[in-house]
Amino acid sequence: MTRWFARPGDLASAGMVQLVLILNSALMLYPIVIMVFAAFKPTAEIFARPFAPPDFSHVDNFVRIVEEANFLRYLGNSILVTGVSVALILVLGTMAAYAIARYRFALATPIFLIFLAGLMLPLKLAIIPLFVQMNGLGLIDSRLSLILIYAAMGLPSTVFIMTGFLRTLPGELEDAARIDGASEPRIMWSIMLPLCKPPLVIAGIHNAVPVWNDFFFPLIFIQSDARKTLPQGLTTFIGEYATDWGMLFAGLTIAALPITLVYIVLSRQFIAGMTQGAVK
Amino acid sequence: MSDMGSATRHRVWVTFLVTPPLAVMAVFVVYPILSAFSYAFFAWHGLSREAFVGLENFVDLFTKPHYAQPIMRAFGHNLIVLAALLVVQNGGGFLLAWFLHREPFGFRFHRVAVFLPVILSSVIVAFLWKLLLHPNFGAVNGALNAAGLGSLALPWLGDSRTALAALIFANAWHWIGFPTLVFLAGMQRIPREVLESAELDGASQIQVLRRIVWPLAAPSATVTFTLLFIGAFNWFELPYLMTGLEGSPFGSTDVLGLVFYRLAFGNQSASVQDFGHGSALATLLFLFMAAVATAATIRLRRREIAL
Repeated sequence: MTRWFARPGDLASAGMVQLVLILNSALMLYPIVIMVFAAFKPTAEIFARPFAPPDFSHVDNFVRIVEEANFLRYLGNSILVTGVSVALILVLGTMAAYAIARYRFALATPIFLIFLAGLMLPLKLAIIPLFVQMNGLGLIDSRLSLILIYAAMGLPSTVFIMTGFLRTLPGELEDAARIDGASEPRIMWSIMLPLCKPPLVIAGIHNAVPVWNDFFFPLIFIQSDARKTLPQGLTTFIGEYATDWGMLFAGLTIAALPITLVYIVLSRQFIAGMTQGAVK
Repeated sequence: MSDMGSATRHRVWVTFLVTPPLAVMAVFVVYPILSAFSYAFFAWHGLSREAFVGLENFVDLFTKPHYAQPIMRAFGHNLIVLAALLVVQNGGGFLLAWFLHREPFGFRFHRVAVFLPVILSSVIVAFLWKLLLHPNFGAVNGALNAAGLGSLALPWLGDSRTALAALIFANAWHWIGFPTLVFLAGMQRIPREVLESAELDGASQIQVLRRIVWPLAAPSATVTFTLLFIGAFNWFELPYLMTGLEGSPFGSTDVLGLVFYRLAFGNQSASVQDFGHGSALATLLFLFMAAVATAATIRLRRREIAL
């Protein structure tokens, strides 16, 4: 909390800083507050008194979402797709990073460069060949198509994060274990991986958020309502209940809730995870 | 790492480690991207490849009016989006970072608040702002009416003069936390002594900002500009969800992402899939992005100063 400016006139500038930051935070939070307020109001009251706080006893909107819409189904699909994708990303990414960082072999650099190149390529632009390819594999309208694409999309950043960390670990750890006769898989599993929890958390958040939020790939690949993920299901649901504002806001609130709660609790790790790579 | 002599003994193990991740990359990243280039040289209707047509698809995009007109209009919109976001989103983010950097009272709260929308899905952001901007019942016009400024109330997304600006605003609201925190991280690496000695030498805030903070934040600027550029020319979700696949009203929010989607997967009026022209457009976009991102990196790198 040390301020490095301490001259006359700085009091005014500190006041301006406060004012700008307070206005900005209000602008960032107010729409979210309105969304949560409206979720607890009947539609008529949203129109009559849009800014008034509700008494939070009106939960009818939430009950109807769960009962009338396929909401839980979408939520389940999102949990499944995100969970499997992130698990796959972390396992495969750590495998590649471990080989690149801990062993010297001729192809290490070219392999690392392939992953690095993947960091800059927007896979959206390859959507046509991906569509043809998924069609050939019989994976259109399958959640597996999403999982495979997300895994591929997440690998470059994960390899980048994990390689950077694994390179910092001292080689003496491995050497000592080798002298004791430990096998290479055992060294990786029992000695090196337990040290890797912090970068794994960072890489996990870095990948889970965009996968959880993605709308584009489900739009292309998923057709059946029963297989839709939450962002995609939300659009269907909003189309169906276009005039029921209470329910719409309740839907948006539920969809935003899990990730927002985790963010508020883990904001430091979250921010580190989301900006990882850019901040290096 | 010191046990190099045994590297060959580990060959099977290393192969086991790198093969599955490489296979996923090869099948779902490298191959599709290379194919995207090759697709552009063929005539396609939907899933079936018909004939090699050379550069014809590329030429069509510039010469046949029903391709060229929407593309040129959308390209203009993308440039507006890029310029506006550069000022509002990245410029605003830089200033917010500069204010946050002083770690004023409530620093943690403001940092959490500015980044909160970044973690939301664009679907949530799109519908939230669609509802807030609703002409009759939205909170934006409601607030204007309540403040006695009812004459300024507009159907923001339904007016071709304001629709693109409304989308740009929603996008800036969604993402401004990202450049803010990237710049903040860059600024926090500047040693306090450097700033303090500039103060002692009588430098003004503006001079400090221009001569010290900005050059030292140049690596962050490279990153935020490159990501903004790629994002602006890939822009799809927000316009698609807020103003529709045709870029309503009257094409005023049409951007290249929508044009590309309509070519590749058809639109409501004519569900024709044209993978050849779609891939040609994707190829051009890709080359354009790669060229600008490379140039930006080289140019901004020159501005960096070493401590």
